[in-house]
Amino acid sequence: MADGSIGWWVVPVAVLGGALRVSTPFLFVSLGECITERSGRINLGLEGTLVMGAMCAYGTSYLTGSPWLGVLAAGCAGALMGLLHASICGLPRVNDIAVGIALMLFGTGLAFYLGKPLIEPSAPILPAIDFGAWSDVPQVRAALRINVLFLAGVALAPFLIWALSTTRWGLVLRTAGESADAARAMGYSVNLIRLRATMIGGFLAGIGGSFLSLYYPGSWNEGLSSGQGITAVALVIFARWNPMLCFWASLLFGGAAALGPALQSVGVSQGYYLFNAAPYILTLLIMIVTCSPKRTLVGAPAELSITR
Amino acid sequence: MKADVPRSAIAASPVNSFEPLRSAFTERIGGAAEYVVIPVLALAAALAAFGIFVALFGKNPLDLYFYMYRGAFGTAFSWQNTLSRAAPLILTALCTALPAQLGLVIIGGEGALLMGALAATSTALLLPAAPPLVVQIAMMLAGMSAGGVWIALSGGLQHYRGVNETISSLLLVYIALALLNHLVEGLMRDPASLNKPSTREIGADNMLGTIPGIDVHWGLAFGLVAAVLSYILIYRTAFGFAARVAGGNIRAARVVGLGVGRLILIVCFLAGAAAGLAGMVEVAAVQGRTNANLAAGYGFTGILVAFLARHNPLAVIPVAILLGGINASGGLLQRRLGLPDASVLVLQGMIFISVLASETLYGRFRIFRRGP
Repeated sequence: MADGSIGWWVVPVAVLGGALRVSTPFLFVSLGECITERSGRINLGLEGTLVMGAMCAYGTSYLTGSPWLGVLAAGCAGALMGLLHASICGLPRVNDIAVGIALMLFGTGLAFYLGKPLIEPSAPILPAIDFGAWSDVPQVRAALRINVLFLAGVALAPFLIWALSTTRWGLVLRTAGESADAARAMGYSVNLIRLRATMIGGFLAGIGGSFLSLYYPGSWNEGLSSGQGITAVALVIFARWNPMLCFWASLLFGGAAALGPALQSVGVSQGYYLFNAAPYILTLLIMIVTCSPKRTLVGAPAELSITR
Repeated sequence: MKADVPRSAIAASPVNSFEPLRSAFTERIGGAAEYVVIPVLALAAALAAFGIFVALFGKNPLDLYFYMYRGAFGTAFSWQNTLSRAAPLILTALCTALPAQLGLVIIGGEGALLMGALAATSTALLLPAAPPLVVQIAMMLAGMSAGGVWIALSGGLQHYRGVNETISSLLLVYIALALLNHLVEGLMRDPASLNKPSTREIGADNMLGTIPGIDVHWGLAFGLVAAVLSYILIYRTAFGFAARVAGGNIRAARVVGLGVGRLILIVCFLAGAAAGLAGMVEVAAVQGRTNANLAAGYGFTGILVAFLARHNPLAVIPVAILLGGINASGGLLQRRLGLPDASVLVLQGMIFISVLASETLYGRFRIFRRGP
């Protein structure tokens, strides 16, 4: 009966709700990666950071009973992963992309190892705010139940634009990303700037992971993240290293990821797995359309190893 | 002036008659020894770190090393287990090692493996009446082509569209997995497979047998041949030389008129073909059908093997056996020490990090330096 009341509108409403829900990890990881890449280094290991964050958040929430402590623990675990990445990349002649791949494997392995006892118990999860209370349609209300972390991410994007463009911290960070020599000439340690940027990036990616285990899907298991981290890294390229564009791109990817479950909810189960691959296919298509072999990308930090 | 006297005295002393010998050592072996000693040190450091890690959880690290050795190389059965796992690892490692000659970082071997498995299974199911040898050859060709196209796609996108090949190859892993799940749960599903959706079996006659004498499936031989052929291609042919020139300096390669795009497409196709062959081997020698079990992480471990072997196709062989051994010992560690199955992943991650960090050590030890 509830389904019948809005008919096929269920699908767009569910996609919208999914976009608001599923986009949060994309948003946090891409904002974090955005900061790291603006400092001139790429951290491909955020997939591992995301899974570590999800595990730490769930474990902490289960042990302390406070999901917010879980979010904090996830951020700290992410920052530690960032510290590991940055301190290895700080050594001469070490390739940051390869270290990222290593941390992707290490972070996932460590999270599975430590998270083994967490698969059974259920931990308290994060609260959400009902923006859909005005509506009688249950699907609309479900779609507009918005998690606080999402709102924090929405606020973070313009804040980062401001911080990167006007603060001293942002200027120094961008200098390190555009020309390491210039930053050195100004008397800054490029390694230290990038270390901080990678740690902040890891912190945000960890928080993105906490959303996975503490809100949606809201449990810990080994199949929790399948490539959201790497999709978010690709998304930063698509968003041209601009935090606001990262936000819109996250919504787009969230919507694409919600397409499969939304269609399944109205009984279209044909091609469920293909629809689940929609974010990856979309990422690939966007990269094909927007990249060019002839020029470097607009807005790309000049020191970045993937654009050089 | 005074300082000169002892120096010339040393020059005349009999001790210095070893100097030619020493420089011959550093000239011939020292350079290569550096590429053995440093990875071995990195490996030892990772094993030590893993020992400390399990000690934190109250397990005895000495037990850990003992059971790892037992499970990997201790008995004839464990050797057999190790070598059967090394076979796909050699092939998936080539998927990263070959493009690395061109300076490309391809990490999508898992995707090529899955596509190879899918193509090989489909081929076998489409040829129900053909003799086994024909089916097996057709499976190999189909698996290699599917895997090859999958990785050539990443290489081609990199060259013609400037799309980062590391990210695109990893995205293609998830797309391949989705495609596999879609087909296995839909079009190709065997109605009899209830709990674990799978395709129909390729048939016992079509399965690859074992190599006589060592009881390891023929996939190992495929891996060894592929590694040796890759080595010859890269280091002994004009094509391989061109690839390495392009990998060292892409502008120089263009100046001397090398077709970089063609090089990238061919090398990436061969790389993907190796991983696709691994998929065919997993179907035709181990699983007998395609299902989600095939995504067992051989593609990802292969990346580690390639980096540890410094992308040398011959070095890939011993490293794959080593990592195959670590994989094989996972079961014993679970049973005897109660470690989670992810402990193998943690150890692999530690080895990977340690090996990459050790990159910084090259050229720092005087003993390895060439010449006086």
